[in-house]
Amino acid sequence: MRFILRRLGFYLIAFWASITLNFLLPRFMPGDPVSRMFARTQGKMQPEQIEALRKMLGVDKRPLWEQYVDYMHNILTGQMGVSISRFPTPVTEVIASQIGWTLLLGGTALVFAAMIGNLLGILAAWRRGGAIDSGLPPLLIFIGSFPYFWLAMGALYLFGVVLGWFPIRHAFTDGLEPAFTWEFIGDVGAHLVLPALTIVLVSIGGWMLGMRNTMIATNSEDYITMAEAKGLRPGRIMLRYAARNAMLPSVTSFGMGLGFVVGGAMLTEVVFAYPGVGYQLLNAVQGLDYPLMQGLFLTITAAVLLANFLVDILYVRLDPRVRSN
Amino acid sequence: MTTAILKQPAEPTEPTAARKPNRSFVHGLITNKKALVGMIVMLVFIALALLAPVLFPGDPSRITAMASMEPSPEHWLGTTAKGQDVLALTVHGSRSSLFVGLTVGFASTFIGILVGLASAYFGKFIDEALSLATNVFLLLPGLPLLVILAAFLQPGLGTVILVLVVTGWAGSARVLRSQALSIRSKDFVAAAVVSGERAGRIMFREILPNMASIVMGTLLGCVIYGIGAQAGMEFLGLGDVSTVSWGNNLFWAGNEGALLTGSWWVFVPSGACIALVAFALALINYAVDEVTNPRLRKIKTPKNTERSAAK
Repeated sequence: MRFILRRLGFYLIAFWASITLNFLLPRFMPGDPVSRMFARTQGKMQPEQIEALRKMLGVDKRPLWEQYVDYMHNILTGQMGVSISRFPTPVTEVIASQIGWTLLLGGTALVFAAMIGNLLGILAAWRRGGAIDSGLPPLLIFIGSFPYFWLAMGALYLFGVVLGWFPIRHAFTDGLEPAFTWEFIGDVGAHLVLPALTIVLVSIGGWMLGMRNTMIATNSEDYITMAEAKGLRPGRIMLRYAARNAMLPSVTSFGMGLGFVVGGAMLTEVVFAYPGVGYQLLNAVQGLDYPLMQGLFLTITAAVLLANFLVDILYVRLDPRVRSN
Repeated sequence: MTTAILKQPAEPTEPTAARKPNRSFVHGLITNKKALVGMIVMLVFIALALLAPVLFPGDPSRITAMASMEPSPEHWLGTTAKGQDVLALTVHGSRSSLFVGLTVGFASTFIGILVGLASAYFGKFIDEALSLATNVFLLLPGLPLLVILAAFLQPGLGTVILVLVVTGWAGSARVLRSQALSIRSKDFVAAAVVSGERAGRIMFREILPNMASIVMGTLLGCVIYGIGAQAGMEFLGLGDVSTVSWGNNLFWAGNEGALLTGSWWVFVPSGACIALVAFALALINYAVDEVTNPRLRKIKTPKNTERSAAK
């Protein structure tokens, strides 16, 4: 319980740090973001909305601490202002409409990468020096060296443009009505293949090597020798004895991977024009949509922190050493 | 900086003990096949970067009339939609990419060393505060943070480097802190403290030389991160688009629709170069791991063949 509380405190501090960063950045930036944005909306903004934006982005005569208190209050009550590029939709609404796609893409990729990578790692460590152990790691390191977006563009060109196997942009075919029909789900699945595949390909190597190296250490433990002496089936020793105990670091990686899901899929989303939060974040940056930018960053951070906290709770369940501590 | 650490003569505190493993470390690296391949690739790229103005004199981004030409004897890698020679762009691009990658790598490792050593040496409150800062930065999602920072700051080479260091130092700090902590608890450090050596001397002359290999690994990781993240940032159009670098080459390739018009030769070289450099550095990194961690070393008779033979 103390462990959980301490972790919770840590995440709260981290969240506070990101809010403060959000608060300080526009205030240290040269120039006046509000007038730049005002020029963009071509006078569609109401005077009171301009006033609210000025307050939010620090074009404000009040002392800094007063602005800070005000800002904190607004963020914690969920008031993130209105989006400029999608004027006058509130920022929270824009984000809500996109986070689902990011979770779908990142989640699918993460689950597949973790499962395949860990399994390969287990097999590689078990057959040390075998085909999987000596052949795959260099190949995967090599694939992992490619820049994400470059591999994604390559896949898009090869499978999307040249071969035409998969659709190359968006999360579903334009004009299709989102509904729980097989047609729609199938369409979403087809659009998911390429972006997810590229993420899986580049991240699988890290999972495999991590698992392999822990498992090699586990394999030399006495209880493995004991299990062999008892004459248990090798498959059972491999999965139930060695792999199970080598799993813990992978659980931590999974937590970090969850963070990566929301933030890291950004480049992939941009390449495939996938309507997730990362794609939106880049659009917001290009459109000088500061409120949306800030809102997206906070949402992404909050999601990452929450994911890590959930993994911490899971860790307490899995590792008795944490509980007794 | 790190090379200086590696070549630094052994400390007077334990002369024989420190010199011998150091030499076998270098020897191990040279005889390691992975490290050798990695180092050769890196040397080729560094040579290309240095010789770029000699090999391709003139401005590589000069716009000419020969647009979107396929690879030919005149233009080995073809030309872009703006008629620039792709080979010249790629070779010139290595200058900015390697420079930023190395700068970011050294700077983040340096901060990591400072934070890690200070944490481990002083302990208590300083350790708590520094660890908290490190963990917060580790947890904040890197790419979105990078995008937000780049959006608010003035575009330019300095901004790119600054942003990449801000998002990249925490990883190295965490690794180096845990290593420094374990060395901090060794007897020779306690002896140095008792003999009244200054804090700075203990941190940099007693503790630091004993973690040279992990500093090396961290540095390589940071350089890989720097090159990759710079490319990603520039690809998103958040770098300084007027410079020639691998990331910007890819940004322009995307902007000019190179893939949709089928000009794959515009898009392949820069990405392949990033991959090759990252791969070479990763190879050296794994080799350092293998040389210093006996458990990961290649074994002549694997345990499993015994196991399957016993069946």
